[in-house]
Amino acid sequence: MPHLAFTPNLARHVMRPAGEWPGATVREVLEAAFAQSPAARGYVLDDQGAVRKHVAVFVNGELVDDRQRLSDPVGDDDQVFVMQALSGG
Amino acid sequence: MSVILVGTRKGLFVLEPSAAGWRIARTAFLGDPVTMVLTDARDGRWYAALEHGHFGPKVHASDDRGVTWTEVATPSFPAEEGEDGAKGPSVSSIWSMETASDGGLWCGTIPAALFRSDDQGASWQRLAPFWELPQRAQWFGGGKDDAGLHSICVDPTDPRHLAVAISSGGVWDSPDDGQTWDLRADGMIACYMPPERQLDPNVQDVHRLVQSPTHPDHLWVQHHCGAWRSTDGGRSWQALDVPPSAFGFPVVVHPTDPHTAWFVPAVKDQFRIPVDGKVVVARTRDGGASFEVLADGLPQEHAYDLVYRHALDIDATGDRLAFGSTTGALWTTDDGGDHWHEVSAHLPPIYVVRFGA
Repeated sequence: MPHLAFTPNLARHVMRPAGEWPGATVREVLEAAFAQSPAARGYVLDDQGAVRKHVAVFVNGELVDDRQRLSDPVGDDDQVFVMQALSGG
Repeated sequence: MSVILVGTRKGLFVLEPSAAGWRIARTAFLGDPVTMVLTDARDGRWYAALEHGHFGPKVHASDDRGVTWTEVATPSFPAEEGEDGAKGPSVSSIWSMETASDGGLWCGTIPAALFRSDDQGASWQRLAPFWELPQRAQWFGGGKDDAGLHSICVDPTDPRHLAVAISSGGVWDSPDDGQTWDLRADGMIACYMPPERQLDPNVQDVHRLVQSPTHPDHLWVQHHCGAWRSTDGGRSWQALDVPPSAFGFPVVVHPTDPHTAWFVPAVKDQFRIPVDGKVVVARTRDGGASFEVLADGLPQEHAYDLVYRHALDIDATGDRLAFGSTTGALWTTDDGGDHWHEVSAHLPPIYVVRFGA
């Protein structure tokens, strides 16, 4: 199954969903994780289900193209990584 | 025991009274922006709205006066997709929280919408009649990407009677718990608009709206272009000459005297600093006919503290006030503002100051 990981900055809010989750797209992997930890959803996705403006999702180190539908394909051995865009303050 | 909750860019500070004055008793969410707080005297529950820069707004609740906190639901817009594929809105900020009728809660957001919870924040419902107002298309953000709903006045004598204010979208009154709405900003002047639109009530940039708890027809407004007062529930507004400047963000009204109110003026618009580097509070006791400028205990030399719209509050006695600044200074008074005491000058930038029981 694809492996899902979060930046430590996000992991402090999102306690459980890192790990192996089933799915053939980024959306499916994330939704599988959020089904176990519903509160995590709103940290990664906005009200409309798109990736939050200042959050980035990578598959095997490549930024995903589709931030709205999260349709990028994910293979069984792939690594999905969720991080925050950097900012100051 | 009374408390002061101070929400800042870097966490929540809970102040309790001591023999030496107010002291910081505990903190929460250090490092995270806290944009709004609410203490609900009906069940003792406290709420804090956070605004994670990357991860969006969140609401937390405490049942032990801020010792421990648990995340509850965050108001969010229903998913929708327009014909052109455009997505619907997302809540970017929680900008107001108040207790509602029948044990409920109100939450005002950016973009400007009202959400209601009837289960202590476990779920929120967008108030459709307000969101569907056709005039919403003309609202716009004042220094923000979208218009925001920052003031919710719940009439203590009839909790179904609401008055809310939007930056920028005027003042709205509802007699029926939000089912119908009436725009009430006639008399305000939007100095930033083209001449033919300056009197349009729907584009008024109200910075803050407060209501007399004992005389709910008495409303006070600090606006982008001045200060106004209404004694007829917002049907008409009279301009006030607040010294030393008509610009500012906060206003509070006395809990039992509808003619007494306080403002914290600043140099307008593109500057947003105290006039002549002096932090002052303007107080009227005669309905705005005259003002006193209060400065005792406040910095009067090279002070650049700006006070945001939610960062001034008054308690139920009417004698105690507190306000905090963008520079992280917090002042309190026990005599209606005649004398001020500095609680701290080293807090993070302050967004909200509220008394609680």
